[in-house]
Amino acid sequence: MLYLFCGFYIHKRGFNMISEILQTLPQVLVDGLTLGAVYAVVAIGYTMVYGILEFINFAHGEIFMTGAFVGTSTLLIFNTAGLLSGMPGWVAYILILVTAMLFTGLMGVGIERVAYRPLRKAPKLITLISAIGVSFLLQDIVRFIADLKTGSFLVTGISLYNENVKIKTSSIWDSFDDAFLKTNSIIVLAVAVLLMIGLDIFINRTKWGVAMRAVAQDRETASLMSINVNKVIALTFFIGSALGGGTGVLFAQQYGTIDPYIGFILGLKAFTAAVLGGIGNVRGAMFGGLFIGVLEMFSAANLGIITSGNFGGEYKDVVAFIILITILIFKPEGLFGRAVKEKV
Amino acid sequence: MSLLQLQNVHAYYGAIEALKGISLTVNEGEIVTLIGSNGAGKSTTLKSICGQVKTQGAISFNGREIGSQPPHQTASEGIAHVPEGRRIFSRLTVKENLEMGAFSVKDKKLIKERTEQAFVYFPRLKERFGQLGGTMSGGEQQMLAIARALMMKPRILLLDEPSMGLAPIIVEQIFDIIQELNREGMTILLVEQNAYQALQIAHRGYVIQTGEIIMEGEANLLLSNDQVKEAYLA
Ligand SMILES: Nc1ncnc2c1ncn2[C@@H]1O[C@H](COP(=O)(O)OP(=O)(O)OP(=O)(O)O)[C@@H](O)[C@H]1O
Ligand SMILES: [Mg+2]
Repeated sequence: MLYLFCGFYIHKRGFNMISEILQTLPQVLVDGLTLGAVYAVVAIGYTMVYGILEFINFAHGEIFMTGAFVGTSTLLIFNTAGLLSGMPGWVAYILILVTAMLFTGLMGVGIERVAYRPLRKAPKLITLISAIGVSFLLQDIVRFIADLKTGSFLVTGISLYNENVKIKTSSIWDSFDDAFLKTNSIIVLAVAVLLMIGLDIFINRTKWGVAMRAVAQDRETASLMSINVNKVIALTFFIGSALGGGTGVLFAQQYGTIDPYIGFILGLKAFTAAVLGGIGNVRGAMFGGLFIGVLEMFSAANLGIITSGNFGGEYKDVVAFIILITILIFKPEGLFGRAVKEKV
Repeated sequence: MSLLQLQNVHAYYGAIEALKGISLTVNEGEIVTLIGSNGAGKSTTLKSICGQVKTQGAISFNGREIGSQPPHQTASEGIAHVPEGRRIFSRLTVKENLEMGAFSVKDKKLIKERTEQAFVYFPRLKERFGQLGGTMSGGEQQMLAIARALMMKPRILLLDEPSMGLAPIIVEQIFDIIQELNREGMTILLVEQNAYQALQIAHRGYVIQTGEIIMEGEANLLLSNDQVKEAYLA
């Protein structure tokens, strides 16, 4: 009798839980995909560099952060110059995106030239240390400049698109609540998707894109085809860094306030996304980013519900990483990775 | 006229001296073969020409010194190197592999023409055009490696053991194609362990041993030389 009762109770609780999870699902997906798109584009930078040099560019998170600062300060400069009121928001948006992407792209090329290329024949660990050094350097330079100009290293920018839009997901299915979406989320998603499609086409359809893959597979032989390997590596850094910097702008627009340390955690998660997708695989990185974004938002929204309030949303990263590690235990090469590295 | 000339070339891997003063010449229109056993320095000789190892001495191509320039520049000046073990890009398609061979060619029409020409020599590549390089058989991969090198329309073709690991009948096919390429005017430097077959199609030959040229001459004279017979044709 007691047994039956318990069974019924658990069943009922389970049902409530599912309906609660369902209610928030549209919002989870909206927020998760937005965040995931940011992870995905940053993850591409890690995976591209790894694919070609087999080393983790740990400074990539800081390149993202620098992009956020360049975009934000460009916008602030426009504003003080009185230019902002005269131009449509989307024009300003494109301008700051392009500025930040050019800036970080060239910065990436410079970093490779100065900090990595001289170490190309050194053990990968040494290059990694160099990358960590570059990270600290970038954090401190950005902090110094931000402090100098604004008196604080926390910088709040100007949001170009911050209205909230209600999506009537409840009309699709009445178990769903409505979802709320910042207009900027749409821009984040649209720009991220455009960047990813553009990159995918570049890598798979253009001569330099194919050369990039050729260099990633066999640098020595690629050079025998008159491919200038250093040029291809510089191009890889330019593209990867520009993508990272552009995403920084999207991030700053989405979340308002930035500081010189935002690249660290975000970089770790994007790096994890790259590993989850199979490091070196660009499409894998895109998928991994979206996956982690949704997983993180799902945990944030539902952990309390699932554990009856014992663990709250603040444990989202723990849960996300437990799931990731579990996946990687069963598929260590990542979801889209190659199982064995082929010999040449 | 000599197209490629090495004079007293030394090559180093760190402190190891792999070539100890090598001199050899390839004239326009010739097939020259470089034979020797494992570790003799055959591949190192080709790598020296392409700028893939550090060298001392004089390497001139078409009368110009090329010893210190990077590989991609040497390649773009008309030296195509089919490396040992084929080294095709296994995760690129046959089409993409060929495109990479033509990396320095700007004219799309020219690339198309040369692709068609490659199909004449190697009809198998046409059937495999969209397939990933790594999924092809060893023989097909060797054909692709040669076809890829021809895409840049080189002035000289360096071949590093094209017979390696292939069935005798495939080796025969490949050697036939090498000979045909030569008849149509291609200058070829052929590195081989398979000395008998290499000397049969070559005009001249060099024998290399532990980083030194120990013998050179007309291919048919080397074929009948007792020392060569004993060491390489047994
Ligand atoms: N990357 C390298 N580092 C150090 N030593 C090397 C390297 N490559 C070759 N060597 C050495 O240089 C010498 C010549 O090697 P090479 O590859 O030119 O020989 P090979 O004649 O092509 O032999 P095989 O027929 O086996 O291909 C060998 O003693 C080899 O051990
Ligand atoms: Mg060799």
